[in-house]
Amino acid sequence: MSDPAVLVDDLVVRFDRLTAVGGVSFAVSPGEVFGLLGPNGAGKTTTIRVLTTLLAPTAGRALVAGHDVRSDSLAVRASIGYIPQAISVDGALTAYENLDFYGRVTGVPRKERRERIAEAIEAMDLHHMLDRLARNLSGGMLRRLEIASALLNRPRVLFLDEPTVGLDPNARALVWERLQALRESAETTILVTTHLMEEAERHCDRLGVIDRGRLIEQGAPAELIERHAAHTMEDVFTAITGRPIAEETPEDEQGRLADVRAQRRTANRLG
Amino acid sequence: MSAHSAAPPTASVEAAVPRALATAPLVRVFDGTLAMAQAELRKLRHDHLDIVTRSVQPLLWLFIFGSAVEGAHLLNLGHVEYRAYLAPGVMAQAAMFIAIFFGLAVIWERDVGQLQRLLATPLPRTSIVLGKAAGACVRALVQALLLLVVLALASIGVRWSILGVLGTLAMLTLGTAAFACMSMLLAAAVKERERFMGIGQLIMMPLFFASSALYPLAVMPAWLRAIARVNPLTYEVQGLRQMLVGVGGRGVVWLDFLVVAAFFVAMLIAATRAYPNAIL
Repeated sequence: MSDPAVLVDDLVVRFDRLTAVGGVSFAVSPGEVFGLLGPNGAGKTTTIRVLTTLLAPTAGRALVAGHDVRSDSLAVRASIGYIPQAISVDGALTAYENLDFYGRVTGVPRKERRERIAEAIEAMDLHHMLDRLARNLSGGMLRRLEIASALLNRPRVLFLDEPTVGLDPNARALVWERLQALRESAETTILVTTHLMEEAERHCDRLGVIDRGRLIEQGAPAELIERHAAHTMEDVFTAITGRPIAEETPEDEQGRLADVRAQRRTANRLG
Repeated sequence: MSAHSAAPPTASVEAAVPRALATAPLVRVFDGTLAMAQAELRKLRHDHLDIVTRSVQPLLWLFIFGSAVEGAHLLNLGHVEYRAYLAPGVMAQAAMFIAIFFGLAVIWERDVGQLQRLLATPLPRTSIVLGKAAGACVRALVQALLLLVVLALASIGVRWSILGVLGTLAMLTLGTAAFACMSMLLAAAVKERERFMGIGQLIMMPLFFASSALYPLAVMPAWLRAIARVNPLTYEVQGLRQMLVGVGGRGVVWLDFLVVAAFFVAMLIAATRAYPNAIL
């Protein structure tokens, strides 16, 4: 069996009194699309922040592409692509300039840069928007540009934090279509967080259901539905937690204003 | 509730060093800084109006405040015209203004997700801070060049020499980079833009007035002179004034460079350490 692309072992993240992630363990195989599914404030973004080395774990261990997030964080950052929930391309640069910029800062060799950018443009179908300032692009275009910019260094693992939040159904479908094509052509491992059950069920090979900082269930969507004698992932979540996913937990109320503001800004910008 | 989680397997072999890390760290710092500075230059190219509007403030200082003080003969500067004396001061002040409010951009980038994204790339942290500082320098230098053109056109008594102009631009770059790093340090601690605006003003105005930007240290009361002597802006202005006008410092430009360079290194180290915390 090949080494996992992502390995999380009893991960704990605490902020003062609040335990955001309380002992999460899972492994993602190379080439797999793994979804972390849960309501807002469940601990998904905190987990992804640890895996992208933005946040140091309080306890536990995490390896990405074989590198330890704590002791070998630079190698982790050189092996991944990451798209946060909030808009991460520079609105004051054109789409092409954004691609060039991210090619340079992710260490793509100068000789290969043009070719890699051309590949990413092709993969995300960006031809018609290259000369437009990013701030003038629609929500779907922005997400595709972000994904393209995260592919330039040919990441072994691509992290996407709520990639379709704020998008209309057409743009959402297009983003997933491109992600599936990417996975088939480049066999990129994708770890995605979402609170949209239907999306998780349809597009992920396996899911980890996370709630109140704990991974409460994991497996293939069909397997989970069968295990809980449910019809949809929404029913699975309700069966495990005793409440629908839309209902906020007390921990949600402790969510920081800056995060809420950033989420709203993203939703407004993409909408 | 139990998760159906098999004990996670461990990675059996040592992972290979990613290709992006094949080049020497110093080369990566240089490349990253250059990429960030170029991005800033490209942004300026898309928004010419920004540099024009920013250039108005130093001109107001020079032609309104400068002319008023000159006309009133408030300062005895010997043979030196007050507007020429003032020019290096407003040049440094305008550059500091750009640099200090660059922290606002950092807070904005944190709010929209750009900062998280940058911090998750293999770009060295020093490069991110240096790159941002270089961005402030690009804007400050364009503004300074415009001001120099105005000084030449208005025949304000500047002592023109190639070495003097190059030295001026070098000093301005160093000073702007230092204040930009200070601003990033501040942005890492102050999480809200509204609060940053207030603190930025609170820092900038005393730095400006308690320096030799507007008047010589000799006319200051002792307590203000003591503050001005530990204010890095004083040394930046002294150096600029010595190179552009031939007066104002102690005639030892290298000492001014040394003080500003030391301030820059200290701020760079502090900002590099604090910067990743800006996203928390």
